[in-house]
Amino acid sequence: MSEGATEDLVTGIVVPVSIQYDYTAGEAASRFLAHIPEKRLVGQRHGDTGLVYVPPRGSDPADGEPTEQDVELGDKGIITTFCVVNVPFAGQAVECPYVCAQVLLDGADIPFQALIQEADVEAIHAGMRIEAVWVDDDDLAPTLESIRYFRPTGEPDADPASYKDHM
Amino acid sequence: MTEHSFTAPHVIAYDYTRSLGPVLSHFVTGLRDGKVKGMRTSTGKVFVPPTEFDPDTYEDLGPDSLVDVADSGVVTSWAWVSDPRPYHPFDRPFAWALVRLDGADTPLVHAVDAGSAEAISTGMRVRARWASERSGSILDIECFEPEGAQ
Repeated sequence: MSEGATEDLVTGIVVPVSIQYDYTAGEAASRFLAHIPEKRLVGQRHGDTGLVYVPPRGSDPADGEPTEQDVELGDKGIITTFCVVNVPFAGQAVECPYVCAQVLLDGADIPFQALIQEADVEAIHAGMRIEAVWVDDDDLAPTLESIRYFRPTGEPDADPASYKDHM
Repeated sequence: MTEHSFTAPHVIAYDYTRSLGPVLSHFVTGLRDGKVKGMRTSTGKVFVPPTEFDPDTYEDLGPDSLVDVADSGVVTSWAWVSDPRPYHPFDRPFAWALVRLDGADTPLVHAVDAGSAEAISTGMRVRARWASERSGSILDIECFEPEGAQ
């Protein structure tokens, strides 16, 4: 090995990994998605337990029973728990620091993950009231990307007892 | 209630950077410079791609035990790809093959641009087609092609 060869040694390689596939939402999720362009979030209720799931998967994850009853939920809710993202990564669409939260819509029994914006990261807390910010009407489509993010409403916090079973 | 089901294309993609370590760094640097390097082990066998450990004695092997091998050799096994996928090296049918380079005792996996499945066979001689611009990657060898094809 000559000195020159060692100095400009290739010490790493970049390996691209990619997979493309067609995702089929299925009937339950399609019912949910069909309402999104109308800015409506529609969950599904279990007939026996009354639990409301959103986004719905068509069956109750606990007992497998179908969740056939549609429930209009609106686009407001609370943060049950959250994470402040401080570490940048490749392909990141949002500037650090930002907050990823579990959002429990009013009337739902299960939270889902969403981006929180228009808020001081330090001020975000469990029980905070938030609302969806939708894309422009012309851009509405049957996809959750129609919700740009959630933002605080300024309303009083929820009572922890109201969401302690939905963490 | 709708019977309709939405379908959408999804792509999951990411790049990861792999550190090459003390031996493969030299192998890949060699490819960039148009040379193929193998690792000579305690029994005198030459492994291509080079190994970091001696498979018989389990001792560390360093860059001092690297040797140059030829960029031509023999197909020891192959599989014809009649319907190439988007990330394959060619958009036309080709073969994945094990190629044992002259001076090496183990074969290397690479693509063989043979034209048709009838034009490749075990035991046939192939030669590396080097990429015109090389950056330090196994793709610096664009493919192998039947010897005498150029």
